[in-house]
Amino acid sequence: MPAQLYEVDPIAVRDEIGKERLIELWRRMLTIRRFEERAELAYRAKKVAGFLHLYIGQEAVATGWYDHITPGVDATVTSYRCHAHAILSGVDVKELMAELYGKATGNAKGKGGSMHFFSREKLFLGGHGIVGGQIPVGTGAAFSLKYRKTGGVSLTFLGDGATPQGTFHESLNMASLWSLPAIYIIENNQYGMGTACHRANAVDSLAEAKAVGYNMKAYTFDGLDLFASWKCAQEVVAEVRRSSRPVLVEAKTYRYRGHSVSDAGLYRTKEEVERYKRLDPIARVQQALQDAGWLSEAEANAIDEEIRARMAEAADFAERSPEPPLSQLTADVYA
Amino acid sequence: MLDASTPLAPPLKPRRALDPKSEPINGYRGVDLGDGRQLLSMRMAICQALYEEMQRDPTIVILGEEVAEYNGAYKVTKGLLDAFGPERVIDTPITESGFTGLAIGAAMTGLRPVVEFMSWNFSFVAFDQIISNASKMCYMSGGAFPIPLVMRGPNGAGPRVSSQHSHAVEAIYSHFPGLIVVSPSTPYDAKGLLKTALRQNNPVCFLENEMLYSFEQEIPLAEYTIPFGVADLKREGRDCTIVAVNRCVHWALEAAEELAREGIECEVVDPRTVKPLDIEAIVRSVRKTNRCVVVEECYRTGGIGAEVAAQLMELAFDDLDAPVQRVTTTENPMPYAANLEHETLPKPHRIIAAVRRACYRSP
Repeated sequence: MPAQLYEVDPIAVRDEIGKERLIELWRRMLTIRRFEERAELAYRAKKVAGFLHLYIGQEAVATGWYDHITPGVDATVTSYRCHAHAILSGVDVKELMAELYGKATGNAKGKGGSMHFFSREKLFLGGHGIVGGQIPVGTGAAFSLKYRKTGGVSLTFLGDGATPQGTFHESLNMASLWSLPAIYIIENNQYGMGTACHRANAVDSLAEAKAVGYNMKAYTFDGLDLFASWKCAQEVVAEVRRSSRPVLVEAKTYRYRGHSVSDAGLYRTKEEVERYKRLDPIARVQQALQDAGWLSEAEANAIDEEIRARMAEAADFAERSPEPPLSQLTADVYA
Repeated sequence: MLDASTPLAPPLKPRRALDPKSEPINGYRGVDLGDGRQLLSMRMAICQALYEEMQRDPTIVILGEEVAEYNGAYKVTKGLLDAFGPERVIDTPITESGFTGLAIGAAMTGLRPVVEFMSWNFSFVAFDQIISNASKMCYMSGGAFPIPLVMRGPNGAGPRVSSQHSHAVEAIYSHFPGLIVVSPSTPYDAKGLLKTALRQNNPVCFLENEMLYSFEQEIPLAEYTIPFGVADLKREGRDCTIVAVNRCVHWALEAAEELAREGIECEVVDPRTVKPLDIEAIVRSVRKTNRCVVVEECYRTGGIGAEVAAQLMELAFDDLDAPVQRVTTTENPMPYAANLEHETLPKPHRIIAAVRRACYRSP
């Protein structure tokens, strides 16, 4: 049984968000998109190497949720598809781009790369390279926030491919058992690498079907719709702050790029990708802004130009930054 | 190095033993001997370190199976639930990967968790969290997220518990940069090293031994800590160095007594922490004896002995008068049968044979 999608009235949500804030949300989504396009370009030019898992197409999910938390008071953690979450946590894009370039000025001093962005100040507990490995970590953050009575909540982002992992089950069980202020957001982009979700999961509805086993509430929303993401986040974050009961959420979303940049994407049709591209979350918000008369095309283009310029500047900064000195090879192995 | 204020390690044999009828044989209070010393067992020394550090630091919490209401599967955490309450001493479900990962997340956000593995054998269920997360987080975050985490529990063979419950994990966890591996052989060492573990910011594998939990010793009442990477001479001797950790220290001392009767005086060096390893202390001893036997409960391939032998070859090649001998757990899963188990472990009879080989004596 497919889950009931979280229902929103787009006009009402648009008006609730308001002009300035909605422009800001659109700007954040576009920043993520342009950052990653720039990173992809640098990858093709062999400036960036290793894995590069792009979030392109999924921007509405994290953008909606981060708007209802305070990074640093609230904690977040995610998988290796972590660029958006670091940007939304408030990490400077120059620092992130430099990390992709493997430079000393990078977010992790050039030691982490694309999959391992972090921010101690913003309690962004990282991008994690082992599928499902971050789920207990996010649960531990919720444990700590509750123990220290900070009032913070923890958001753990994971892919659909992580839900069959044991850590998913173990974490949700503990979070519910101990009433931790933890929110688990499954970003279901429909493929765990090249395996369609239905070939890896025994149930259709990841949140609704699985939450029952942990005595948790579940929500499912259209992850390509910023208004649904934002509104669902508003309700769930407030509820978890109040109740300290964990919640399981599923975002139905889609990634336009491959699992990582080296993925030829033979497991899905071009038509399918095109169909989802017509639902582009960023274009839809821009359309909503235009329809409301809040942002003209010219104004939107000007903002886009400004963002592209920032990304070019970040790439330039990364390019010009020095490599990590060899003296730092074993630094930070131990604290 | 030990500083001048650190009390010297006390003798291994207590003047008197605890009487289980009239004295506590677990919990965190030792028996005050009235002369600045207390008598306690290994499990009590560990419990006392936890108690004292939890009093000092409110960010310390203990998580594990049966640690709270049951007082610990081996009664190591006895009394801590009553002393600190269920917010700080937490019974977990049987979910090693989950609670280890949870502790790592808590360590990244202001807490200093202690995870108890009911046995280190069960740490394999949490292996990914220990290796991929705990050991690498500090490095791959560019130093942003150190992991102040202590993982502890019994390690090595228990009594007749067969294949899946008898692993010694010193060598496995020492393989990974980012982890500290502590493997104490006495109550004095265990207490001092555990207190150090709870005051620093790296993930520590603290390896205890079920067969030593009741081992008693007189230790100072006064506060002390023992730094990582400083070996301890458990016996002085001129003829052959025996490097041994954890329970093997006691087997090595037994073997040394026997060998002394035939005129071979062994020096027993207890590294106490396998990582960092105090190779200088081992080299110092080998410069004196020119012979070395390494005794461990890990397997031979890639074991502690392999590491010590390689480092001695690099650092003290010219000082060696004989090949380094290794006495390890034999390369088979632990068998159940008593005679087979006896032969699998690096017991005194095998140590004696190895020392004789190193000294070119007939077996």
